[in-house]
Amino acid sequence: MKLDQKRRVFLKGSVAATSVGFAVGAGLLTPSAVLAAWNKSAFEAKAVDKAIGGALGNPTTSPSDKISIKAPDIAENGAVVPVSIKADLDGVTEIALLVEKNANPLSAIFHLPKGTLPDVSTRVKMGKTGDVIAVVKANGKLYSARKSVKVTIGGCGG
Amino acid sequence: MAKTIKIRAKAKDGVTTVKSLITHPMETGLRKNKKTGKLIPAHFIQEVVCKHNGKEVINCEWGASISKNPYLAFKFKGGKKGDTIELSWKDNTGQSDSITTKIR
Repeated sequence: MKLDQKRRVFLKGSVAATSVGFAVGAGLLTPSAVLAAWNKSAFEAKAVDKAIGGALGNPTTSPSDKISIKAPDIAENGAVVPVSIKADLDGVTEIALLVEKNANPLSAIFHLPKGTLPDVSTRVKMGKTGDVIAVVKANGKLYSARKSVKVTIGGCGG
Repeated sequence: MAKTIKIRAKAKDGVTTVKSLITHPMETGLRKNKKTGKLIPAHFIQEVVCKHNGKEVINCEWGASISKNPYLAFKFKGGKKGDTIELSWKDNTGQSDSITTKIR
């Protein structure tokens, strides 16, 4: 299959597939006293502000230069894009990682208890060129930063 | 279940760095099986928790857009050589795994 066709499939499939996938996931989730329940609505959200609001309780964030996102300028393979987020802020309790152009922008929420440094790294999939967004909750306030990543091969079509 | 987690924790100058790799397909539910044309069901890790001597040091909620065979690295204050680090994950189909290691 050519790349263009794959992209079609991806776009068509995304709406239907996510709802099915998430329904299955939700049914099998078992609540636990230790773990916070998986934030289904935030991960299902298709708009960036809704995802942020669902994840951290408030969609409005103020841009901050205290947050640094380390990600490649050009990702050759969108399936594996290394991202590191570091915040030079005190009292960070949560970090959310979003990929703006994905069908479901929210990628991860990191809950950091006191003593854990606001410095996390992981790898994400990116469907196409766009921004990686980091939202940091520090002392109850939300700060955000963006970094644009150019993707040459999409990560969702396989 | 076979061991799916590789982990390394190192203490230096009062800060412990934990790096881990998990073997997991991380299917988004958006891909199609090329032979049958059917969608491959979503199968991805939703929760990752790491504990230091039984105390939680990070709790992650992940979506399907984390890459296949996920990588996670983070740092926390405290921790010394020989302390116990436990990392566990749970996915959307109810599978889970955990590993216990010592800080080096």
